[in-house]
Amino acid sequence: MSDSTNTIETFANQEYKWGFVTDIDSDAIPRGLSEDVIRLISAKKKEPDWLLEWRLKAYRHWQTMKEPTWANVHYPPIDYQDIIYYAAPRSKKDGPKSLDEVDPELLKTYAKLGIPLQERELLAGVAVDAVFDSVSVATTFKAKLKAQGIIFGSFSEAVQEHPDLVRQYLGSVVPSSDNFFAALNSAVFSDGSFCYVPKGVRCPMELSTYFRINAKDTGQFERTLIVADEGAYVSYLEGCTAPMRDTNQLHAAVVELVALDNAQIKYSTVQNWYPGDKEGKGGIYNFVTKRGACRGVNSKISWTQVETGSAITWKYPSCLLIGDNSVGEFYSVALTNHFQQADTGTKMIHIGKNTTSTIVSKGISAGHGQNTYRGGVKILKSASGARNYSQCDSMLLGDQCGAHTFPYLEVKNTSSQVEHEASTSKIGEDQIFYCRQRGISTEDAVSMIVHGFCKEVFRELPMEFAVEAQKLLGVSLEGSVG
Amino acid sequence: MSLLEIRDLHATVGDREILKGIDLTVDAGEVHAIMGPNGSGKSTLAQVLAGRELYQVTGGQVIYDGNDLLAMSPEDRARAGIFLAFQYPVEIPGVSNMYFLKAALNTVRKSRGLEELDAFDFLSLVKEKMKLMEMDQALLNRPVNTGFSGGEKKRNEIFQMAVLEPRLAILDETDSGLDIDALRTVAGGVNALRGPERAMIVVTHYQRLLNHIVPDFVHVLSEGRIVKSGGKELALELEESGYAGLGIEDEEEAVGKV
Repeated sequence: MSDSTNTIETFANQEYKWGFVTDIDSDAIPRGLSEDVIRLISAKKKEPDWLLEWRLKAYRHWQTMKEPTWANVHYPPIDYQDIIYYAAPRSKKDGPKSLDEVDPELLKTYAKLGIPLQERELLAGVAVDAVFDSVSVATTFKAKLKAQGIIFGSFSEAVQEHPDLVRQYLGSVVPSSDNFFAALNSAVFSDGSFCYVPKGVRCPMELSTYFRINAKDTGQFERTLIVADEGAYVSYLEGCTAPMRDTNQLHAAVVELVALDNAQIKYSTVQNWYPGDKEGKGGIYNFVTKRGACRGVNSKISWTQVETGSAITWKYPSCLLIGDNSVGEFYSVALTNHFQQADTGTKMIHIGKNTTSTIVSKGISAGHGQNTYRGGVKILKSASGARNYSQCDSMLLGDQCGAHTFPYLEVKNTSSQVEHEASTSKIGEDQIFYCRQRGISTEDAVSMIVHGFCKEVFRELPMEFAVEAQKLLGVSLEGSVG
Repeated sequence: MSLLEIRDLHATVGDREILKGIDLTVDAGEVHAIMGPNGSGKSTLAQVLAGRELYQVTGGQVIYDGNDLLAMSPEDRARAGIFLAFQYPVEIPGVSNMYFLKAALNTVRKSRGLEELDAFDFLSLVKEKMKLMEMDQALLNRPVNTGFSGGEKKRNEIFQMAVLEPRLAILDETDSGLDIDALRTVAGGVNALRGPERAMIVVTHYQRLLNHIVPDFVHVLSEGRIVKSGGKELALELEESGYAGLGIEDEEEAVGKV
């Protein structure tokens, strides 16, 4: 833990606005990964045997896998034996029952982050499942949601209280052997969120979780599972910040979504992890597997992401469009500044009849940032009448950055339609001068033009997130022009 | 004290000297026309006064309202009341005309110690000014200059000027690309903004604009220098005999036209 002077200094410098470290004893296990470590994690979490077996199976498979190298990102090799795979904030009992029992330091951290944990939640209409390091310490609004039969809480809690549901859906969208990082997550995931919305229920509020990586050198392996039963609707917000660190931190999360007949899931992310400094030192490695299955007829899954943080982003929120007439959407803004690298996009797999998908991707590169859109649209033979529309726009600020687009289209069906549009633009000196001549500063001009560029994606975000996202974009672009 | 005093101003673009010693004094309430053949440095002068960094000022002084204008950033000049109506207005896709103008107006107001206008007050101001320019309200919601016709762009410039109410307006070839009806409307808008507090510099190649915006003074620019100054009759003289009558010819187009 760094000392408080450091903390204040960091805060005062405002380089990375949310870069501070909280002094809480972490209940961390030794570095490295082995079957023993996995058994230890599972035991600490008092997990049933089937889950331990599931983890071990994933681990054994992971050992046979190689880290993927196809992405357009570059980083030094990761030593997986130099990572701590489990850390939980130490608490007096097994877990706090109310906010009063929560470590005051922790509450202060949340206050700094602006997370509404007390009465204001009610005003904000947000139920927060706060993840601090790897264990959920407080869950709110649960009773209210419970009255409607909605289950929303930490993943570990769900394992204890709703093991059958977890067992039924865990790994059903992203199998433990899916890819290197998903397998690693399956072996060592610590906690995350679980949500189940029963038949015909429309979740009355936006569900929200804030992730935060804190303990030094601790890998964060979140696992999120959201199930919308027939006719259900849920909107889920995920927002992230992380404290300032020198060493790179690995984050390999898995998110699985399941939508049954006529169900809808809207999943929104604002990702703002530490991107590293201006020289490209430090920052989070964000290697995430997100996938949703539209299993039922007329079901819909919509991903919206605003990715401004992390040193490296490797992320492709995807949709399996299995049910007839199901709909998949992907709206993305990815920003890379300084030495950030992002390789992100989506996969839309059309299996059912008359399935439709929409992809709108906006990539912004500044400084030495490298931004890659990688998208796959696959229309299987069974997917007659399927339609896809893709639009990928890139914007460049300066001449040291890069934008890359890799669209893959695979159509095995003659009755389907696929459209793809792409554009690349540059914020011109003449545009900036025009704005300045009207009294608008360079920074405001850039942020105005960038917001204009991202508008189509921002309007997909829930209100409170849209505001945050705009601010974030402004902060992330500071000093990128002029 | 004059509103604007230009003394022996020299400016280059790249290694080419374009302004070779300009002297000009403009008082509040006056309209000055700068005429000259292509490449004489008219647009460069307009851009240098607005602070375009493409041009390097290599000598001379510009005093605006008692301040060293050349030391000010483009945005500070704008906030201090300098407005340039661009010869080629720039397109900004994705940013609505309305949003852009509101941001501009509120920064300018803020720097003058005035309160920012809220959406309602802004809209009623804008509606009034649109009437003046006979502008289609639909243009407000379209992205700045994007997909506008040449005439719409020029009209939009003068409309912005009407909203921002500058102290010194510089109109760079505002007549180019306008048919006679549009010219009349634009000139009408400009004339409505004439007043004892406001000065204008009207840069033009042709005399016809000056039939509609009648200047107090006319200056003829050639090879980066003012070679002749006079009253509005000088413009008519030029119309008769052409620049050749003054022994002036078109030069190679200066770079950096925007």
